[in-house]
Formats: sequence, structure tokens, C-alpha cells
Amino acid sequence: MEESILDFIPEIPVSDAVESFMDWLTGTFAFLFDSIQSFGKFVMEGMTDLLILIPPVLFILIIAAAAFFASGKKFGLAAFAIVGLWFVQNQGLWEDLMNTITLVIISSLISIVIGVPVGIWMAKSKWANTIITPILDLMQTMPAFVYLIPAVAFFGIGMVPGVFASVIFALPPTVRFTNLGIRQVPEELVEASESFGSTGSQKLFKVELPLAKSTIMAGINQTVMLALSMVVIASMIGAPGLGSEVLSALQRAQVGTGFVSGLSLVILAIVMDRLTQKLTK
Amino acid sequence: MSKITVENLVKVFGKKKNQALQMVKEDKTKAEILKATGATVGVNDVSFSVEQGEIFVIMGLSGSGKSTLVRMLNRLIEPTEGSIFIDGENISKMDKKDLRKVRREKLSMVFQNFGLFPHRTILENTEYGLEIQGYSKEDRQQKAEIALENAGLIAFKDQYPNQLSGGMQQRVGLARALANDPEILLMDEAFSALDPLIRRDMQDELLNMQETMNKTLVFITHDLNEALRIGDRIAIMKDGELVQLGTGEEILTNPANEYVEKFVEDVDRAKVIRAENIMTRPTYIEIDHDGPHVALQLMKKEGLSSMVVLDDDRNLQGYVTDKDIVKAVQRKEKSVKDILRKDLPTVDPDTLVSELFDVIQDSSTPVGVVRDGKLLGIIVRSLVISALAKDSEVHE
Ligand SMILES: Nc1ncnc2c1ncn2[C@@H]1O[C@H](COP(=O)(O)OP(=O)(O)O)[C@@H](O)[C@H]1O
Ligand SMILES: [Mg+2]
Repeated sequence: MEESILDFIPEIPVSDAVESFMDWLTGTFAFLFDSIQSFGKFVMEGMTDLLILIPPVLFILIIAAAAFFASGKKFGLAAFAIVGLWFVQNQGLWEDLMNTITLVIISSLISIVIGVPVGIWMAKSKWANTIITPILDLMQTMPAFVYLIPAVAFFGIGMVPGVFASVIFALPPTVRFTNLGIRQVPEELVEASESFGSTGSQKLFKVELPLAKSTIMAGINQTVMLALSMVVIASMIGAPGLGSEVLSALQRAQVGTGFVSGLSLVILAIVMDRLTQKLTK
Repeated sequence: MSKITVENLVKVFGKKKNQALQMVKEDKTKAEILKATGATVGVNDVSFSVEQGEIFVIMGLSGSGKSTLVRMLNRLIEPTEGSIFIDGENISKMDKKDLRKVRREKLSMVFQNFGLFPHRTILENTEYGLEIQGYSKEDRQQKAEIALENAGLIAFKDQYPNQLSGGMQQRVGLARALANDPEILLMDEAFSALDPLIRRDMQDELLNMQETMNKTLVFITHDLNEALRIGDRIAIMKDGELVQLGTGEEILTNPANEYVEKFVEDVDRAKVIRAENIMTRPTYIEIDHDGPHVALQLMKKEGLSSMVVLDDDRNLQGYVTDKDIVKAVQRKEKSVKDILRKDLPTVDPDTLVSELFDVIQDSSTPVGVVRDGKLLGIIVRSLVISALAKDSEVHE
């Protein structure tokens, strides 16, 4: 390689530093990661087993009924859910579907449980807002694959690292929309609440959160969708489900299988998107 | 002891507070301080006191610091310097817990845009102040219902704010403020967002209410007419400073400086009466809902020979005459659209009565007072004549 004017200092060993930091982290907290790994695995496998125990007919009917009532007693989404899920079952992908659903639900729940309080914190504290905003930007601009690396380092392969990566990837919208929703509450209403002598938590729970609800729900909807897309990518590190079918089809160049699994994912995505949108109106 | 005493109150927005504060003490103006430090002085060294049972009006142009001042009284805005005493207690030094107690028990606030919670019903809005104090559901509902009853709003208790007109919403705002029986009411331009007719009604209601309740009111307005109408004393603010404090009479007869004089001139011009000052509430039908039968009923009841027709947004559509209506009823028509006449004379709310006279003289119908297509009120000939008569009495 030619000498360049830019080479007046040697290469800075950033990747080495990150690597040794990760080594330290995984080494020092091994017991913690291990117990999270085994506990998470236990919970999620249990949940999938339970879901599989439900007869597909019953499951499909429950989803259809939820769709029917959530969309104001219209048949469109319910009909789509019946035909779509039936198709997945017909293709022999039911167990994969249940695995994917477990991963998405767990990832979304964790994202919401972390994301809503963080969003509230950002709305209340200028400091939190200035510090967390760039972190969220970073989380959203990093290519999704990158999250698989620390996930594997901490938790090995399987469902738990899949959820870990999905939570990091899916968290930002819930945080951002919660922050936004609370900041958007009209000043006069906040003042009205305070002028009557509300405590901070009375103001939050009686005025701010109810008024921010629809915005927060829009964020949660996005989080669910991102969790779904990441769960598919997480099949690369051994997360089971429809994604792993797509992956193996890709590796073996089986166009047909790949298409069917991909289509099943699309069906799941549409049902989940519409359902969360309608449930949160 | 005065109910409220304010001493050397200052609010500085922005950075360089200390430097700005120093300049406030050197009697520098808001503009000078802004230029030197970049900080905005919201309230500049204001002192006054308000007596129990008084209606104390704070008046000034937009940006003069009225809202900032009134919000420091309950510390929605933290004072930069100075003291506030309520019943002798120093509000500005209180910790959060004591401050909450004062807010809950002594002070209530009414807001310009009503400040009603859109996700709560009228009853739930009215209960709010009691709810956060931990009253049981029964107790607080009972008290809130009494407050709504007094305001004539009980029929709407299960509706949501956006289902009510502006005037009604502000009645709810007032009922909510009164529900926990405060000693002091802070009203920040509480009537400024309302139509002129409704605004006058609300002023009357407030005065009536005050006769029996005897609260202490701090009322903010930018309208001198309103200030004169309801204020026992009026404080005039300019650029954060209090430029004059006195009764309406004192201010009108003896304005402290040019700024106050300008305000007073405005009142003089308003004394030459305008359309909006004499208009009355129209009897009307809605074009899409009411047919000839309804129209006939109303006209009989009110003894009218013509009546205006509006759409459901109060936009003026035209008018109908009694003769046409009788015919339409005989022909069993369902709508008034075919007999609608469009040639109703209309005027702006600012039209002077002298000009109105010409319009109304050659008209067989009343005159509509219209702004942006919406009918605010109507004027019949007798109103103009009596207004002119009174006017000439004043001048003689
Ligand atoms: N939060 C704020 N930050 C900076 N400046 C403010 C703030 N609130 C009010 N001001 C300034 O303080 C002055 C007084 O405002 P305000 O009390 O709202 O006036 P008014 O109610 O009489 O219209 C104005 O110059 C306004 O720009
Ligand atoms: Mg104001």
C-alpha cells in the first residue's frame, strides 16, 4: 500500500478495544447473561408450546373475532385473517408461525415496558432528552444485522438473543412517540391540571398519558412491526419461526419454499398491523 | 389584612437573569434590558394588593405581562424575585407540598381557551379539583353536580367538551373552578375567546354570581370596556410594568400617561355605539333541519313577520317572510329552500349606529350583523332609534 499523507498516525485500534470490552462484559456478567438466557428460553418455549396446544381452528376464530370487533363489526379484516392464517396452516407452517408470534409478542412487550417510561422521562427532563435522542438516532441508523453480534456474544444463539436484538431495534418508536405525545399535550391543560394542585403523578396519569394515548399507540404499532421484521432477521442467529424457513430456502435456493414462507410472513404482518392499529384507536 | 399582596414582583425569561435583575433595580425598561442582556422581562417590579371580595382587573395590550403576572400568583410560573402573600402567607417561599395545599383550597383558575380536558365528560371535568384531593366518588360527584346545577349545565354532564359551544364550555370552566369552593378566582382572559353577545352575558353572570359568593377575583383582560364593566379597580400594565392603578372612574378622568390615554380614547370611540353593542339574539331556523311548520310556530310565538335562516354552522343563508311561510305550509312543503329570500341587508359588527340608520331605514326586514359569513345577531329598527335617542341624551 502506498504511503498516504493521512497515515501520520497508526491505525487506532477501535475494533480491538470494542472486542476486549465485550470480552470483559461477557466474562464479568456471565452468570447474569446465563440466567437471563435460561429464564427467557424457559418462558418463551413455554409460551410457544401453549400456543401450539390451541387447536388452529380455535386460534383462527379467536383472531377473526378480535378483528371483527376491533374494526367496528366489519368483516374485511376478519375474512382476511381467516383465509390468510388458514393458508399458513395448510402449508404446514403453523408451528413456525407460533414461534414467530411468541418472539414478536415478547419483544414488543419488553419494548413497551422499557420504552414508555423512557419516553416519559425524556418528556419531563431536558437532560434525558438531550442524552437519549442521539442514542435513539444511533439505534435506528445502525444496520439491523449489527445487533446480532452483541446478541450472540451475550446470549449465544436461539430465541433469547433474537428477542434481545429485536428489542434494541424496535424500541425507538415507542420511546419517541411517548415523548412526543406528552410534549404535545396543550400547555393550557397542563396548567389547568397543576392549578388545581395535582401532584406530578396525578398530572401524568389523569391528564398527560390519556391525552398522549393515541400518539403512544401509533408508536407501539411501529414497534410491533419493527419487532416482526427483526425477528425474521434474527433467524440468522438461530431464532426459530417463519424467518428460519425463509433463511433455509435462501441457502438452498428453493424459490417455492421461500415464497410460501415469505407470503406467510406478509400475512402475519398485515394482520398484526391492522389489528394493533384498530385496537389502539 | 389584604387578601393578596404582591411586592416587587419580577419575572425574567431567558439567560443572564442576574444582569437583567440588576437592570430592573436600576429602573431600566424592558426594551433596554432586552437589548443589553437578551433576556425578556415579563413582569417588571410590580406591587399591589387586592382586598377580600374585590374584583381586581389587570389590563394591558398583548405581551404586557398579564398572563405572566397572574400565573405567578399560583406559581404556575416561578417568580424571579419578589414576594406574594395570600392571607399573609408567603406563597413565593412555600415548598411544593404547601403550595399544592394552597392551590387546592384557596385558588382556582379559569383559562382563555377554557382548559377543559377533552377526554373527560363535563361532570368529570368539574370533579377534577376534588378528585385529586382524594374525595370519594360520591362526595365529589355530588359537589360537582351542585356546581353544574348552579351554572345551568347539569343536563350536559355526560357530554364531552367538544360537544358544547364556546360559551357553554367556559361556563363549565367556571363551574369547575368553583366546585372546590376556592376563595380566590384567577381568570386569564376568560371571556376573550367568546362572541360579543355571549361575552356580555358571561360578564353579567359573573357579576351576579359575585353578589352572592363574595370571592376575590383577579380578572385579566385586554379590553377596557370589559374592565370598566366588571372591575372594582383596574391595574393597567405596559411592557411588564404597572402604569396605573385605580377605579374605572379615576382612570377615565385622570389617565396617568399617554399609554393609558390611548386606551381611554378607545373607550370614547366605543361610546359612539356600534352594531355589535346593540344587536340582539336572532330567532332563526336551520335550513337543513327545520321546515315551514317550525318556522310558522316560531314566528307566531315571537310575533315576527320575517325570520332569518342559518345553516348548522350559523352561516347566514337568507330569510323567510310570514306570507311565504303560510303558503308553504298550505302547499305542505317540507323545506324552506324554495321560499328562501337572499336580499337580507347585512352589516359588519363594527358599523357605527349612525351608518346603520341609513341601511335600516329602507329595509322591510331586520339587518343581520355578520362576520365571515356567520350571523352574530340582528338589529331591528326600534333598537337603532332607541340607541340614537340615548346617544343624544348623553351629548346634551
Ligand atoms: N415562557 C416564556 N419564555 C420567554 N418569554 C416569555 C415566556 N412567556 C412569556 N414571555 C414573554 O413575556 C412577555 C409577557 O407575556 P405575557 O405575560 O404572556 O403577556 P400577556 O398575557 O399580557 O399577553 C412577552 O414579551 C412574552 O413574549
Ligand atoms: Mg395572556
